[in-house]
Amino acid sequence: MFQTAVFYAFAAILLFAALRVITARNPVHAALFLVLAFATASGLWMLLEAEFLAIALILVYIGAVMVLFLFVVMMLDINIDRLREGYWDYLAPGLAIAGIMVAEMAVVLWGRQFGLISMPAPVPRPADYSNTRELGGLLYTQYVYAFELAAVILLVAIVAAIALTLRRRKDSKFQDPARQVVVRKQDRIRIVTMPAEKRAGGDQ
Amino acid sequence: MPEVFRILITLSHYLVLAALLFAISVVGIFLNRKNVIILLMAIELNLLAVNINFVAFSHYLQDISGQVFVFFILTVAAAESAIGLAILVCLFRNLHTINVDDLGSLKG
Repeated sequence: MFQTAVFYAFAAILLFAALRVITARNPVHAALFLVLAFATASGLWMLLEAEFLAIALILVYIGAVMVLFLFVVMMLDINIDRLREGYWDYLAPGLAIAGIMVAEMAVVLWGRQFGLISMPAPVPRPADYSNTRELGGLLYTQYVYAFELAAVILLVAIVAAIALTLRRRKDSKFQDPARQVVVRKQDRIRIVTMPAEKRAGGDQ
Repeated sequence: MPEVFRILITLSHYLVLAALLFAISVVGIFLNRKNVIILLMAIELNLLAVNINFVAFSHYLQDISGQVFVFFILTVAAAESAIGLAILVCLFRNLHTINVDDLGSLKG
Protein backbone atom coordinates (compact mmCIF):
# COMPACT_ATOMS: atom_id res chain seq x y z
CA MET A 1 0.00 0.00 0.00
CA PHE A 2 1.37 3.35 -1.02
CA GLN A 3 -0.23 5.21 1.90
CA THR A 4 1.31 2.85 4.42
CA ALA A 5 4.77 3.37 2.98
CA VAL A 6 4.24 7.15 3.01
CA PHE A 7 3.10 7.00 6.63
CA TYR A 8 6.17 5.08 7.75
CA ALA A 9 8.53 7.34 5.83
CA PHE A 10 6.95 10.49 7.25
CA ALA A 11 6.81 9.07 10.76
CA ALA A 12 10.51 8.20 10.60
CA ILE A 13 11.42 11.69 9.35
CA LEU A 14 9.21 13.28 12.02
CA LEU A 15 10.81 11.34 14.86
CA PHE A 16 14.31 11.98 13.52
CA ALA A 17 13.62 15.71 13.24
CA ALA A 18 12.16 15.80 16.76
CA LEU A 19 15.23 14.05 18.15
CA ARG A 20 17.50 16.52 16.39
CA VAL A 21 15.46 19.46 17.74
CA ILE A 22 16.17 18.46 21.30
CA THR A 23 19.79 17.41 20.78
CA ALA A 24 21.09 19.96 18.27
CA ARG A 25 23.97 21.99 19.65
CA ASN A 26 23.20 25.10 17.65
CA PRO A 27 19.75 26.64 18.34
CA VAL A 28 19.47 27.66 14.67
CA HIS A 29 19.77 24.00 13.66
CA ALA A 30 17.16 23.12 16.26
CA ALA A 31 14.75 25.69 14.80
CA LEU A 32 15.34 24.40 11.27
CA PHE A 33 14.73 20.81 12.34
CA LEU A 34 11.53 22.00 14.01
CA VAL A 35 10.53 23.41 10.63
CA LEU A 36 11.18 19.97 9.12
CA ALA A 37 9.08 18.35 11.85
CA PHE A 38 6.16 20.69 11.16
CA ALA A 39 6.36 20.16 7.41
CA THR A 40 6.37 16.39 7.89
CA ALA A 41 3.45 16.56 10.31
CA SER A 42 1.60 18.58 7.72
CA GLY A 43 2.17 15.74 5.24
CA LEU A 44 0.74 13.29 7.76
CA TRP A 45 -2.33 15.48 8.22
CA MET A 46 -2.80 15.42 4.45
CA LEU A 47 -2.93 11.61 4.74
CA LEU A 48 -5.65 12.08 7.37
CA GLU A 49 -7.69 14.23 4.97
CA ALA A 50 -7.28 17.36 7.10
CA GLU A 51 -6.21 19.52 4.19
CA PHE A 52 -7.07 22.90 5.66
CA LEU A 53 -5.14 22.28 8.85
CA ALA A 54 -2.18 20.88 6.92
CA ILE A 55 -1.92 24.06 4.88
CA ALA A 56 -2.56 26.22 7.96
CA LEU A 57 0.29 24.44 9.72
CA ILE A 58 2.63 25.30 6.86
CA LEU A 59 1.43 28.89 6.51
CA VAL A 60 0.96 29.83 10.16
CA TYR A 61 3.55 27.70 11.85
CA ILE A 62 6.41 27.50 9.40
CA GLY A 63 5.60 30.84 7.81
CA ALA A 64 5.09 32.91 10.93
CA VAL A 65 5.93 31.24 14.23
CA MET A 66 9.12 29.50 13.12
CA VAL A 67 10.34 32.63 11.33
CA LEU A 68 9.78 34.47 14.62
CA PHE A 69 11.80 31.79 16.39
CA LEU A 70 14.62 32.12 13.87
CA PHE A 71 14.58 35.91 14.22
CA VAL A 72 14.93 35.68 17.98
CA VAL A 73 17.54 32.92 17.88
CA MET A 74 19.70 34.89 15.49
CA MET A 75 19.17 38.15 17.39
CA LEU A 76 20.45 36.80 20.69
CA ASP A 77 24.12 36.27 21.26
CA ILE A 78 24.17 33.06 23.24
CA ASN A 79 27.09 31.38 24.91
CA ILE A 80 26.29 27.81 23.90
CA ASP A 81 29.06 26.18 25.94
CA ARG A 82 27.64 27.43 29.22
CA LEU A 83 24.15 26.29 28.23
CA ARG A 84 25.43 22.82 27.39
CA GLU A 85 27.11 22.30 30.76
CA GLY A 86 25.76 19.14 32.36
CA TYR A 87 23.54 18.56 29.36
CA TRP A 88 23.17 14.82 29.86
CA ASP A 89 22.82 14.96 33.66
CA TYR A 90 19.07 14.62 33.63
CA LEU A 91 18.87 12.04 30.85
CA ALA A 92 18.02 9.17 33.19
CA PRO A 93 14.99 10.75 34.93
CA GLY A 94 13.82 12.21 31.61
CA LEU A 95 14.01 8.82 29.90
CA ALA A 96 12.28 7.21 32.88
CA ILE A 97 9.34 9.60 32.76
CA ALA A 98 9.10 9.41 28.97
CA GLY A 99 9.24 5.61 29.18
CA ILE A 100 6.46 5.56 31.74
CA MET A 101 4.32 7.74 29.51
CA VAL A 102 4.92 5.55 26.44
CA ALA A 103 4.18 2.47 28.52
CA GLU A 104 0.92 3.95 29.72
CA MET A 105 -0.03 4.75 26.16
CA ALA A 106 0.88 1.19 25.14
CA VAL A 107 -1.37 -0.22 27.87
CA VAL A 108 -4.25 1.77 26.45
CA LEU A 109 -3.47 0.89 22.82
CA TRP A 110 -3.03 -2.83 23.44
CA GLY A 111 -6.34 -3.02 25.20
CA ARG A 112 -9.44 -4.18 23.42
CA GLN A 113 -10.74 -0.71 22.48
CA PHE A 114 -7.80 0.36 20.37
CA GLY A 115 -6.64 -2.89 18.88
CA LEU A 116 -5.07 -2.56 15.47
CA ILE A 117 -8.19 -3.90 13.80
CA SER A 118 -10.96 -2.53 16.00
CA MET A 119 -11.09 0.84 14.30
CA PRO A 120 -10.69 0.35 10.56
CA ALA A 121 -9.88 3.18 8.22
CA PRO A 122 -13.02 5.03 7.12
CA VAL A 123 -13.97 5.14 3.50
CA PRO A 124 -12.08 7.87 1.66
CA ARG A 125 -13.98 11.07 0.99
CA PRO A 126 -15.13 11.72 -2.57
CA ALA A 127 -12.96 13.96 -4.71
CA ASP A 128 -15.33 16.94 -4.53
CA TYR A 129 -15.41 16.91 -0.73
CA SER A 130 -14.14 20.19 0.67
CA ASN A 131 -12.53 19.95 4.09
CA THR A 132 -12.23 23.74 4.27
CA ARG A 133 -15.94 24.22 3.60
CA GLU A 134 -16.89 21.69 6.29
CA LEU A 135 -14.53 23.23 8.81
CA GLY A 136 -15.68 26.75 8.03
CA GLY A 137 -19.32 25.77 8.31
CA LEU A 138 -18.76 24.35 11.76
CA LEU A 139 -16.45 27.15 12.87
CA TYR A 140 -18.81 29.96 11.99
CA THR A 141 -21.97 28.38 13.38
CA GLN A 142 -21.47 26.06 16.29
CA TYR A 143 -18.11 27.35 17.48
CA VAL A 144 -18.53 31.01 16.65
CA TYR A 145 -18.11 32.24 20.23
CA ALA A 146 -14.96 30.20 20.67
CA PHE A 147 -13.77 31.63 17.37
CA GLU A 148 -14.31 35.18 18.64
CA LEU A 149 -12.46 34.29 21.84
CA ALA A 150 -9.54 33.01 19.78
CA ALA A 151 -9.45 36.34 17.97
CA VAL A 152 -9.38 38.17 21.31
CA ILE A 153 -6.54 35.91 22.49
CA LEU A 154 -4.54 36.82 19.40
CA LEU A 155 -5.21 40.51 20.02
CA VAL A 156 -4.05 40.19 23.62
CA ALA A 157 -0.93 38.39 22.39
CA ILE A 158 -0.15 41.19 19.94
CA VAL A 159 -0.59 43.87 22.59
CA ALA A 160 1.43 41.93 25.16
CA ALA A 161 4.30 41.17 22.78
CA ILE A 162 4.56 44.77 21.63
CA ALA A 163 4.23 46.17 25.16
CA LEU A 164 6.96 43.84 26.39
CA THR A 165 9.48 44.62 23.70
CA LEU A 166 8.74 48.28 23.03
CA ARG A 167 11.67 50.36 24.15
CA ARG A 168 11.73 54.13 24.00
CA ARG A 169 15.18 55.67 23.74
CA LYS A 170 15.83 58.49 26.18
CA ASP A 171 17.68 60.67 23.69
CA SER A 172 15.29 60.32 20.77
CA LYS A 173 13.42 63.46 19.73
CA PHE A 174 9.69 63.23 19.20
CA GLN A 175 6.69 65.53 19.21
CA ASP A 176 4.05 65.45 21.90
CA PRO A 177 0.86 66.72 20.24
CA ALA A 178 -0.92 67.19 23.58
CA ARG A 179 1.71 69.59 24.81
CA GLN A 180 1.71 71.35 21.46
CA VAL A 181 -2.01 71.98 21.72
CA VAL A 182 -2.13 73.26 25.29
CA VAL A 183 0.69 75.74 24.84
CA ARG A 184 -0.29 79.40 25.41
CA LYS A 185 1.13 82.64 24.21
CA GLN A 186 2.69 83.42 27.57
CA ASP A 187 4.78 80.27 27.44
CA ARG A 188 6.54 81.15 24.26
CA ILE A 189 6.97 84.92 23.96
CA ARG A 190 7.83 87.65 26.39
CA ILE A 191 6.79 91.20 25.64
CA VAL A 192 9.26 93.69 26.99
CA THR A 193 8.23 97.28 27.51
CA MET A 194 11.01 99.80 27.57
CA PRO A 195 11.32 103.48 26.80
CA ALA A 196 12.40 104.45 23.35
CA GLU A 197 16.07 105.28 23.13
CA LYS A 198 17.83 107.95 21.19
CA ARG A 199 19.58 106.80 18.11
CA ALA A 200 23.26 106.52 18.62
CA GLY A 201 25.54 108.56 16.40
CA GLY A 202 23.51 111.85 16.51
CA ASP A 203 21.89 113.34 13.38
CA GLN A 204 22.61 111.44 10.26
CA MET B 1 6.65 -5.86 -0.64
CA PRO B 2 7.41 -6.24 3.10
CA GLU B 3 4.68 -7.43 5.38
CA VAL B 4 4.56 -4.14 7.33
CA PHE B 5 3.43 -2.20 4.29
CA ARG B 6 0.47 -4.49 3.61
CA ILE B 7 -1.38 -3.40 6.75
CA LEU B 8 -3.60 -0.39 6.33
CA ILE B 9 -2.77 2.51 8.60
CA THR B 10 -4.97 2.44 11.68
CA LEU B 11 -5.69 4.87 14.45
CA SER B 12 -3.18 3.09 16.67
CA HIS B 13 -0.35 3.91 14.28
CA TYR B 14 -1.01 7.60 14.68
CA LEU B 15 -1.49 7.34 18.44
CA VAL B 16 1.82 5.51 18.84
CA LEU B 17 3.57 8.10 16.67
CA ALA B 18 2.09 10.94 18.72
CA ALA B 19 3.04 9.21 21.98
CA LEU B 20 6.64 8.82 20.80
CA LEU B 21 6.75 12.46 19.73
CA PHE B 22 5.36 13.53 23.11
CA ALA B 23 7.95 11.41 24.91
CA ILE B 24 10.77 12.88 22.82
CA SER B 25 9.66 16.40 23.65
CA VAL B 26 9.44 15.59 27.37
CA VAL B 27 13.00 14.24 27.27
CA GLY B 28 13.93 17.44 25.45
CA ILE B 29 12.51 19.54 28.27
CA PHE B 30 14.65 17.57 30.72
CA LEU B 31 17.84 17.80 28.65
CA ASN B 32 17.58 21.46 27.67
CA ARG B 33 16.49 22.72 31.06
CA LYS B 34 18.98 25.63 30.84
CA ASN B 35 18.17 26.90 27.37
CA VAL B 36 14.88 28.76 27.26
CA ILE B 37 14.69 28.80 23.44
CA ILE B 38 14.94 25.03 23.12
CA LEU B 39 12.45 24.71 25.96
CA LEU B 40 9.94 26.71 23.93
CA MET B 41 10.65 24.51 20.89
CA ALA B 42 10.06 21.38 22.97
CA ILE B 43 6.70 22.81 24.05
CA GLU B 44 5.85 23.33 20.37
CA LEU B 45 6.70 19.68 19.72
CA ASN B 46 4.44 18.71 22.63
CA LEU B 47 1.53 20.61 21.12
CA LEU B 48 2.24 19.08 17.71
CA ALA B 49 1.95 15.59 19.20
CA VAL B 50 -1.36 16.50 20.81
CA ASN B 51 -2.60 17.94 17.53
CA ILE B 52 -1.69 14.76 15.66
CA ASN B 53 -3.84 12.84 18.15
CA PHE B 54 -6.75 15.21 17.61
CA VAL B 55 -6.56 15.03 13.82
CA ALA B 56 -6.22 11.24 13.85
CA PHE B 57 -9.26 10.80 16.09
CA SER B 58 -11.20 13.30 13.99
CA HIS B 59 -10.41 11.29 10.86
CA TYR B 60 -11.14 7.84 12.22
CA LEU B 61 -14.33 8.89 14.02
CA GLN B 62 -15.47 10.93 11.00
CA ASP B 63 -16.17 13.90 13.27
CA ILE B 64 -14.74 17.19 12.10
CA SER B 65 -15.10 18.88 15.51
CA GLY B 66 -11.66 17.53 16.40
CA GLN B 67 -10.15 19.61 13.63
CA VAL B 68 -11.89 22.71 14.98
CA PHE B 69 -10.19 22.02 18.28
CA VAL B 70 -6.80 21.72 16.55
CA PHE B 71 -7.50 25.12 15.01
CA PHE B 72 -7.91 26.65 18.46
CA ILE B 73 -4.83 24.89 19.80
CA LEU B 74 -2.81 26.33 16.92
CA THR B 75 -4.11 29.81 17.77
CA VAL B 76 -3.27 29.57 21.44
CA ALA B 77 0.13 28.03 20.69
CA ALA B 78 0.99 30.86 18.31
CA ALA B 79 0.00 33.43 20.95
CA GLU B 80 1.98 31.57 23.58
CA SER B 81 5.16 31.40 21.53
CA ALA B 82 4.88 35.07 20.53
CA ILE B 83 4.60 36.18 24.16
CA GLY B 84 7.27 33.69 25.24
CA LEU B 85 9.72 35.00 22.69
CA ALA B 86 8.91 38.59 23.69
CA ILE B 87 9.66 37.74 27.32
CA LEU B 88 12.87 36.07 26.16
CA VAL B 89 13.97 39.20 24.27
CA CYS B 90 13.20 41.33 27.36
CA LEU B 91 15.21 38.95 29.51
CA PHE B 92 18.19 39.03 27.20
CA ARG B 93 18.12 42.83 27.01
CA ASN B 94 18.15 43.23 30.76
CA LEU B 95 20.36 40.36 31.91
CA HIS B 96 22.34 39.42 28.75
CA THR B 97 21.70 35.75 29.33
CA ILE B 98 19.02 33.18 28.65
CA ASN B 99 20.46 30.60 31.01
CA VAL B 100 17.77 29.47 33.42
CA ASP B 101 20.40 29.10 36.17
CA ASP B 102 21.09 32.85 36.03
CA LEU B 103 17.47 33.82 36.45
CA GLY B 104 17.38 33.37 40.19
CA SER B 105 16.85 36.96 41.31
CA LEU B 106 13.49 36.09 42.87
CA LYS B 107 15.31 33.53 45.07
CA GLY B 108 12.55 31.03 44.48
